[in-house]
Amino acid sequence: MKETKIKCVVWDLDNTLWKGILQEDDEVILKEEAGEVIKELDKRGILQSLSSKNDYELAKRKLEEMDLWNYFIYPQINWNPKSEGIETIAKNINIGIDSLAFVDDQKFERDEVSYFHKEVLCIDASEIKKIPSMDCMKPKYITMDSKNRRLMYQTDIIRNNVEKDFNGTKEDFLKSLHMTFYINKAKEEDLQRAEELTVRTHQLNSTGHIYSYDELKACIGDEKYEVLVTRLDDKYGTYGTVGLALIEKSEKVWEVKLLLMSCRVISRGVGNILLNYICNEAKKAGVKLQAQFVPTDKNRIMYITYKFNGFKEIKEKDTIVFEADTGYERKIPAYVECTNIERRGR
Amino acid sequence: MKEKIREFLGRFMDESSVGDEDNIFETGLVNSLFALQLVSFIEQEFEISIENEELDIQNFKDIHSIVQLISKKLA
Repeated sequence: MKETKIKCVVWDLDNTLWKGILQEDDEVILKEEAGEVIKELDKRGILQSLSSKNDYELAKRKLEEMDLWNYFIYPQINWNPKSEGIETIAKNINIGIDSLAFVDDQKFERDEVSYFHKEVLCIDASEIKKIPSMDCMKPKYITMDSKNRRLMYQTDIIRNNVEKDFNGTKEDFLKSLHMTFYINKAKEEDLQRAEELTVRTHQLNSTGHIYSYDELKACIGDEKYEVLVTRLDDKYGTYGTVGLALIEKSEKVWEVKLLLMSCRVISRGVGNILLNYICNEAKKAGVKLQAQFVPTDKNRIMYITYKFNGFKEIKEKDTIVFEADTGYERKIPAYVECTNIERRGR
Repeated sequence: MKEKIREFLGRFMDESSVGDEDNIFETGLVNSLFALQLVSFIEQEFEISIENEELDIQNFKDIHSIVQLISKKLA
């Protein structure tokens, strides 16, 4: 059984999504069950893309006629091997290749993908109807953020294109986004998303530990703990909930048990803000601030984040313990407006 | 060496206004990704591997410090 939840389903077109071969017959007909599955997965917050050997403009027009084009991000419609297309999609979305599934009617194509990426779940097009009931296609929670996920990614693509054409430095670009970073105490309704974030975020998890909904809920109800969630907005829209911190408070020491940031925002330079906010709060409260860190093969960026923000290693075993220098007030970058005012609505 | 570092920094900031001893992390560019990219760039460009104990802001805070770190590693 595949344990990893699927984050993105990649579809073939000819004889998979529609009946017929577009290059030979312009009147291909959408397979009803495929259309339904695509809409259902979208509601669940599972991203979708395309890998098809076809003419890009022709396929795009056909999918627009079917009202399906907008469901797919980073479509790979070209004559290259599908294993390459799949790799490109995973890289563009910035998710592990093991969280992709690939649907194709041809055994040859599935085998080609499997040969290069054995972690990809390959599904025969005759099994389309079964997709929604597969365990790996059922996210544990469906939150506001999951319903908006595709939209958030599409907004990201727009931003990235603007960035590519931006005439100026990275810092100027970040300034131009007019970002606002919200830091709030987590409430119960934030927890599903918070847990989802702990499950989805690998690169930027400081301990690799995944907290369950119940564990986080117990922490919220306990004065000893503080759970902070962070949201990021900019002029293009919201990125949703992008960060979480779990802090255990004792009289003299606060300990960051978990710090995580969504990998979607690492290029936005907000990774440090939550950490700096906590440092400043600890300074105000007159307590020591420590943080647990468990190195994984993916979270070196977190190690650097701590070290470059005035933390020193005070203990090194399996778990590294950092301690912050709280002798100075940390600055928040000029391009971000940081607020911890309780957000209204939503 | 300095030129290569400046070229890299130029992708993120207006490097011409950054002096050799100006703190590059105080320009407002407090950014995990930038820090990681800086470290990776140095490792690849100069074919060295930076150990955990060397991952200290003091070694990366300005162009002068970075040059010193690389020279020490290459020596």
